[in-house]
Amino acid sequence: MGIGRIAIVGTGHAGVQAAASLRQDGFEGELFLIGEETDLPYHKPPLSKTFLKDDVPQLQLLRPEDFYARNRVELLSGRCVSAIDPAGKRLEFTHGGVLSFDRLVLATGARPRLPAVPGTDLEGVLALRNRADGLALRAALPAAGDVVVVGGGFIGMELASTFAALGRSVAVLEAAPRILGRAVSPLISDHLADRAVASGIRILTGTGLAAIAGEAGRVRRITTGDGQSLPAQLVVIGIGVEPNVELAAAAGLAFSNGIAVDAAFRTSAPDIYAVGDVASYEHWLAGRVLRLESVQNATDQARSAAAHLLGRPAPFRAVPWFWSDQGDARLQMVGLAYDPDRDVVRGDPQSGAFSVFRYRGDRLLSIETVNRPSDHMLGRKLLAAGIAPPIAMVRDAGADLRSLLEGEPKTSARAAVVSS
Amino acid sequence: MTTIVFIQPDGTRREVDAKAGESGMQAAVRAGVDGIVGECGGACMCATCHVQVSEADDARIGPREAIEEEMLESVLDDVSPASRLSCQIKLRPDLEGLVLNVVEVV
Repeated sequence: MGIGRIAIVGTGHAGVQAAASLRQDGFEGELFLIGEETDLPYHKPPLSKTFLKDDVPQLQLLRPEDFYARNRVELLSGRCVSAIDPAGKRLEFTHGGVLSFDRLVLATGARPRLPAVPGTDLEGVLALRNRADGLALRAALPAAGDVVVVGGGFIGMELASTFAALGRSVAVLEAAPRILGRAVSPLISDHLADRAVASGIRILTGTGLAAIAGEAGRVRRITTGDGQSLPAQLVVIGIGVEPNVELAAAAGLAFSNGIAVDAAFRTSAPDIYAVGDVASYEHWLAGRVLRLESVQNATDQARSAAAHLLGRPAPFRAVPWFWSDQGDARLQMVGLAYDPDRDVVRGDPQSGAFSVFRYRGDRLLSIETVNRPSDHMLGRKLLAAGIAPPIAMVRDAGADLRSLLEGEPKTSARAAVVSS
Repeated sequence: MTTIVFIQPDGTRREVDAKAGESGMQAAVRAGVDGIVGECGGACMCATCHVQVSEADDARIGPREAIEEEMLESVLDDVSPASRLSCQIKLRPDLEGLVLNVVEVV
């Protein structure tokens, strides 16, 4: 039976890719793409970097302006969905109106989590997720000589680097013993922390945020868990995100950390799919249920979900990858490092360009690189092919790891490439 | 403003007026040039903005940075001297008339 109408909720990387892939895979019916923001869909990663640094902040569009009309994608911008009726197969909008659907794709993403401390409602306390947040940060910067970044994760460290480059005095608060602790090996954490400190950023680890204090409604200082007091005219919260599951939960869809989906990205409701930051699923590479927050995950899942939705299932075998630009350090990661028991270094950290290959037993789990993109690209292919380089070879700077890929298609890194 | 030209594998020409500071990829995506995707937004992570340029234009653009070089080597069987990643080409006024040949997606 043909599918007449597909609705997609969410206009981030996942939602837009889902729309593009559905059309590319030959879907001819009606296609609605619904988002709360009024801007045309745009790239999120530059918000923590160029969007704050450039003289004139410019959004980088995900697709050209005429993409939506050309591909008959009905873009409903500035529209909030207030309820999903899975049985009746329809959406309700906050301001009234309903939209029926044959298939629904939820790409509702995630939002910054705020700490449960006094003062988060003061002016000058911000988080970063979208254009409006980016503009608020820009507006706050001129009067902010002292910036405190709460959370030494990716967004926190990227923002800290940006603020430092803009001449601000920056302190990062990280409750864990090291920055990026949940994401990367201790070696990479230490290296990036050293670089950040060298660029003038102060890093306080092992202590969280206790309170934010202000005067006349504006932030003035913060207090750490161990009693230190730091001046701040701007406080940026980067302690992680929570998935936007409320719509799905109210509709009775199963969730665990995010909206639970199966290998075909189907939720517990018939004909409703979920992709991107909001979807939790058993990852083929890690063998456990997880939720990934990345552009690559969003777009690759959206492509796969579109294929499944149109009855052309192909197993989801994308290798997760990620990047984070912090000052002049480019961190790239590929794979998923759960329970590594051995980290092997390739290259010299002192040189500012090196890689960490993470193993469990003799299985390669992930590769983290700093300013060594060729190791990163190699890692994508090794992990896709299930090849683990012998440890002695990784340590040997003269060994050509590419020789391990002989017989593998050279272009596999571009296998997922599609045109817009 | 800098006007550059994209040529498709079938020979179709498309002139695009680039804004100051834009990259070749950004100009292409804004104008909807087929074959230039820029999936990573210009972070030199995806190689979906591959183009080829003449020797003269290559010289005008200037040498590849290490990251562009390594990315090209990683995804192409043979990196010809003509290959560039258009996200790494910042469009300056002196690049007026630059010709970027779109490469068919492999």
